[in-house]
Amino acid sequence: MLWRDWITSIDHKKIGIMYIILGLVMLLRGFADALMMRAQQAMAFGDAAGFLPPHHYDQVFTAHGVIMIFFVAMPLVTGLMNYVVPLQIGARDVAFPFLNNFSFWMTAFGAGLVMASLFVGEFARTGWLAYPPLSGILASPDVGVDYYIWSLQIAGVGTLLSGVNLLATIVKMRAPGMTMMKMPVFTWTSLCTNVLIVAAFPVLTAVLALLSLDRYVGTNFFSNDLGGNAMMYVNLIWIWGHPEVYILVLPAFGIFSEVVSTFCSKRLFGYASMVYATVVITILSYLVWLHHFFTMGSGASVNSFFGITTMIISIPTGAKIFNWLFTMYRGRIRFELPMMWTIGFMVTFVIGGMTGVLLAVPPADFVLHNSLFLIAHFHNVIIGGVLFGLLAGITYWFPKAFGYKLDPFWGKCSFWFWLIGFYVAFMPLYVLGLMGVTRRMSHFEDPSLQIWFQVAAFGAVLIALGIACFIIQLVVSFMRREQLRDVTGDPWDGRTLEWATASPPPDYNFAFTPRVHDNDAWYDMKSNGYQRPVTGFLPIHMPKNTSAGFIIAALSAATGFGLIWHMWLLAGLAFVATLVATIVHTFNYKRDFHIPAEDVLRVEDARSRLLAGHV
Amino acid sequence: MFDNTASSLAASGVPRFHLADEHHPENGTLLGFWLYLMSDCLIFACLFATYAVLGRSYAAGPSGADLFDLPLVAVNTSLLLLSSITYGFAMLEMQRERLKATLVWLGITGLLGAGFLGLELYEFAHLIHEGAGPQRSAFLSSFFTLVGTHGLHVAFGIIWLVTLMFQVGKHGLIVENRRRLMCLSMFWHFLDVVWIGVFTFVYLMGVLP
Repeated sequence: MLWRDWITSIDHKKIGIMYIILGLVMLLRGFADALMMRAQQAMAFGDAAGFLPPHHYDQVFTAHGVIMIFFVAMPLVTGLMNYVVPLQIGARDVAFPFLNNFSFWMTAFGAGLVMASLFVGEFARTGWLAYPPLSGILASPDVGVDYYIWSLQIAGVGTLLSGVNLLATIVKMRAPGMTMMKMPVFTWTSLCTNVLIVAAFPVLTAVLALLSLDRYVGTNFFSNDLGGNAMMYVNLIWIWGHPEVYILVLPAFGIFSEVVSTFCSKRLFGYASMVYATVVITILSYLVWLHHFFTMGSGASVNSFFGITTMIISIPTGAKIFNWLFTMYRGRIRFELPMMWTIGFMVTFVIGGMTGVLLAVPPADFVLHNSLFLIAHFHNVIIGGVLFGLLAGITYWFPKAFGYKLDPFWGKCSFWFWLIGFYVAFMPLYVLGLMGVTRRMSHFEDPSLQIWFQVAAFGAVLIALGIACFIIQLVVSFMRREQLRDVTGDPWDGRTLEWATASPPPDYNFAFTPRVHDNDAWYDMKSNGYQRPVTGFLPIHMPKNTSAGFIIAALSAATGFGLIWHMWLLAGLAFVATLVATIVHTFNYKRDFHIPAEDVLRVEDARSRLLAGHV
Repeated sequence: MFDNTASSLAASGVPRFHLADEHHPENGTLLGFWLYLMSDCLIFACLFATYAVLGRSYAAGPSGADLFDLPLVAVNTSLLLLSSITYGFAMLEMQRERLKATLVWLGITGLLGAGFLGLELYEFAHLIHEGAGPQRSAFLSSFFTLVGTHGLHVAFGIIWLVTLMFQVGKHGLIVENRRRLMCLSMFWHFLDVVWIGVFTFVYLMGVLP
């Protein structure tokens, strides 16, 4: 069952759900790291050493960053895009369904390698970007950095291919009539995000490959002698790293746009300006990387250039905020859970954005660089922007995916714990940062600082309650699913095409491909008296499941594991096996089948009866 | 707002909201492969940038002018350029539906690619033997990595080419195989373009004083 229906499935809906499950599971791991750090910093003052020795603490903060970005935020974003984009554009699946399955398993096995480091060996002690020379073989001779490198390389292949896949899907597979400027905003932000993925992840692949050569072969890219230059690494990794933050936040902006327009029952204010703002952010995200290391010493003119480009990004972002506000203005706002997350986001993200503009001023950055002020800033935008957006999206599309809504009571508990917990946990860090406290410390001498860390730790506990409420919400909703059932397929009075089909959608998504005439295609259909077709079904051409993606990804992970532990025989054999499995897969020419018209008729008839029974 | 074409309006004047027949979106494989190639191109861009930054960091060791054997590289370059032409011939024969000629030209392409790889490996072995291995200086690290990554791509291209020759032999010039040959064609020419960059920026400019 699990093997046939999920692991080998090339259905974009199931793959999307698997991505989201992966992201949520890894959220628990990443958050456990966060709680340990907050507890350690709240108690390790003066003579008290706390419970984490530096050797362990350094692994915890590295794992926290790596997991939260690569294995929580990325899978959740990719999962939502995978699930929603084909439905929003009226397609039956993505452009390359097999590749989609393979991409997921590469990401999952990458996460598996990080988790393996808990049990076998240790993780990197370098911080989440593993700057050399600290990550070089002299300063980090153990397997930690190797776990870091190979888990990211393997997951990175998955991310890149999934980016190519979704781009081809959006460009080639939109329903007839859906021109670019009639695409839903979430599809637009997904398009831009995937452009960024394809244009940024190769840089990460390249720079991590150079770091591995330094570690494994003894080359001198980032070493301190024989001509190496460690700042080359820092430049390259931020040329990936800055677009990465927009990869995460753009889909969240798309989710907020869908949510605001749905729950205000209005067309989105300023659709075109929203699209242009997204595109401008996409381009500008490549012109700001140096603001992560103004202290490198590149001189006043270079720093000014990057400071100014950074400040310019706040203009299109501000335009988006105003578009959401004007959509709400004189709308009939329904304060359902996704809308609450959206409003929580708008307040929180504006604060985070303003501290970002502050950090963009190079002289201010010289003071605040590497301080807890920076930590507070990026948690402010990532939690307040990306995470709130993903939770809004999960609540919004959950009834589409599972056929019942999430319980609002526990959802509201979760929302308030998250929101209040965030402020209690991170506002003290702004204060500490302004007082000059640097990041990544496992012990402090000055007792006057302790109260701030204790407040922050209390905030982390509140967030823990928020996560607990979210889990309870999932369980309660499952148990009450009959009361929360959505039979219409359109529980929120939605506006885009994903709400035109059943909840959960049939394997083929749409019995007939929709024809689009306007923005908000489903709203257009509803207001023009659209009748659902009940006869005349045709056989539907669909891709077939395959286990190749899982097998190739598993072999890649075995290769990575061999390389981490310098088990050359295992690495070599697994690599050859990966190649062979790939080649064998290409000999499979029978990759599709037809769903017979009778089966389509049966599924659609069942839906007709359901709809008729619940008028 | 509606596109008021005859096909999109039913007799009643209400716009039609779905197609009555099966929709076949265009095949996205070539677009997808282009996107992949552009991402690969960015990997090379990073390696070129690294070479640009570190390419004069000799660490008191040998420079390009001391090491590069231009006649050998010229032979190598011509092998690779020639292989692009022969791949083009293979594609022409594919258009004419001539299976055997297609396979022959693919085979010649593969041999030229293998010759290129052989000469490159010889060059690498020679340099390492002279004590100018990738560990010697940042210049040599970036040189070996840039040229080696290109060579690795050619090696994968050859594996792909041989696989595809089997598949074309087995199933003939069917739609799937034509699409695959087209993708490999783009890959092969792409490697050629990258090599022109390597030849110019690394070898030709490297021997300048």
